[in-house]
Amino acid sequence: MKILIVDDFSTMRRIVKNLLRDLGFTNTAEADDGNTALPMLQSGDFDFLVTDWNMPGMTGLELLKRVRADDKLKHLPVLMVTAEAKRDQIVAAAQAGVNGYVVKPFTAAVLKEKIDKIFERVEG
Amino acid sequence: MADNQSEQDKAASSLDESVTAEIRQLAEQMIAEAENGRLSDAVAVVNKLNELRDRTLYQEVGKLTRAVHESIKNLSIESIGAGSEIANTTDKLTYVVEMTDKSANKTMDLVDASVPKIADIQQQAGALSQRWDKFLKRELKPDEFRQLSRDIQTFLQQSQDVGQQVQGNLSEIMLAQDYQDLTGQIIHKVAELVKDIESRLVSLVAMAGTLDSLTGISHPEEVEAQPATDNHGNIAAEGPQVNTADNNVVSSQDDVDDLLSSLGF
Repeated sequence: MKILIVDDFSTMRRIVKNLLRDLGFTNTAEADDGNTALPMLQSGDFDFLVTDWNMPGMTGLELLKRVRADDKLKHLPVLMVTAEAKRDQIVAAAQAGVNGYVVKPFTAAVLKEKIDKIFERVEG
Repeated sequence: MADNQSEQDKAASSLDESVTAEIRQLAEQMIAEAENGRLSDAVAVVNKLNELRDRTLYQEVGKLTRAVHESIKNLSIESIGAGSEIANTTDKLTYVVEMTDKSANKTMDLVDASVPKIADIQQQAGALSQRWDKFLKRELKPDEFRQLSRDIQTFLQQSQDVGQQVQGNLSEIMLAQDYQDLTGQIIHKVAELVKDIESRLVSLVAMAGTLDSLTGISHPEEVEAQPATDNHGNIAAEGPQVNTADNNVVSSQDDVDDLLSSLGF
């Protein structure tokens, strides 16, 4: 299971990376915004994308849309981990095809629950 | 905006011209009176000149006052979104303080909880190790050895438990560092606001500095209200929501889950 973590704050990337490691996902890579993430996704064999929303360059929502528009990537499960907490925004992310949405600040248990749920659905 | 500016410049120069023309006309009149030997009339013209200067100055001061007033109004209303943004910013900074305070305390609490556990294990390991050395040197009586072996068993179980607890505490400490991201986003926003206020203050200062040439109220460039979408018409990111009491804002992960499940997730 290869996971790409996209967030402009390195601390948050580290936190997510550590939480994922605790959950048994050790094969992770990092990117600091959509512009760096997209080529990594296109050239790498990632199984899962965890992305922030609010980033300079390309935002997480834009990245999500690009992923869904890409024939090779459109089925990639995407979990959004973000501080964006407006109802309109969550609806917009859902419409853009997000698989899970976690609002910051979050707990390890919530992250685990959402990831488990996504894989249950993807595999089921 | 540029047209507006050039119009103002035109207004400024035309008014300057009319004042200059009036001064020139009065001066010529004064010279004529003086040359014709009508000194008292000449002095009366000098008084008129004085009056003209005072009147112009009062007008300029009046205009400057209005310009300053407008600028202050723009500063607190237009640029900063209905005047609430400053209060909002104070809330945001308070939120930053609360977040950092919470994270720092949480981290320190977890460290405080972990340190005695580790110290206890370390101390027990030291004591057991001494007894184990005795056993290796065959200095233990059989019942002392039975006690040692029971103690070692308890210790191993305890080490396992403590290891698990401390590991849990460490990952909670890791998670408590999320404040850096959340407060960072807020501080970026506040910095933008400060920059905006600064540029407006600079234009205010520039305005006051050009008292001599100022003749009309110059409006600083209006900032168009930014819709909450980016260049591509996408819904925009806004950063952490400080006021979760707002109905448009979800207040917890449970709310997010409810909202998504209502959308068929």
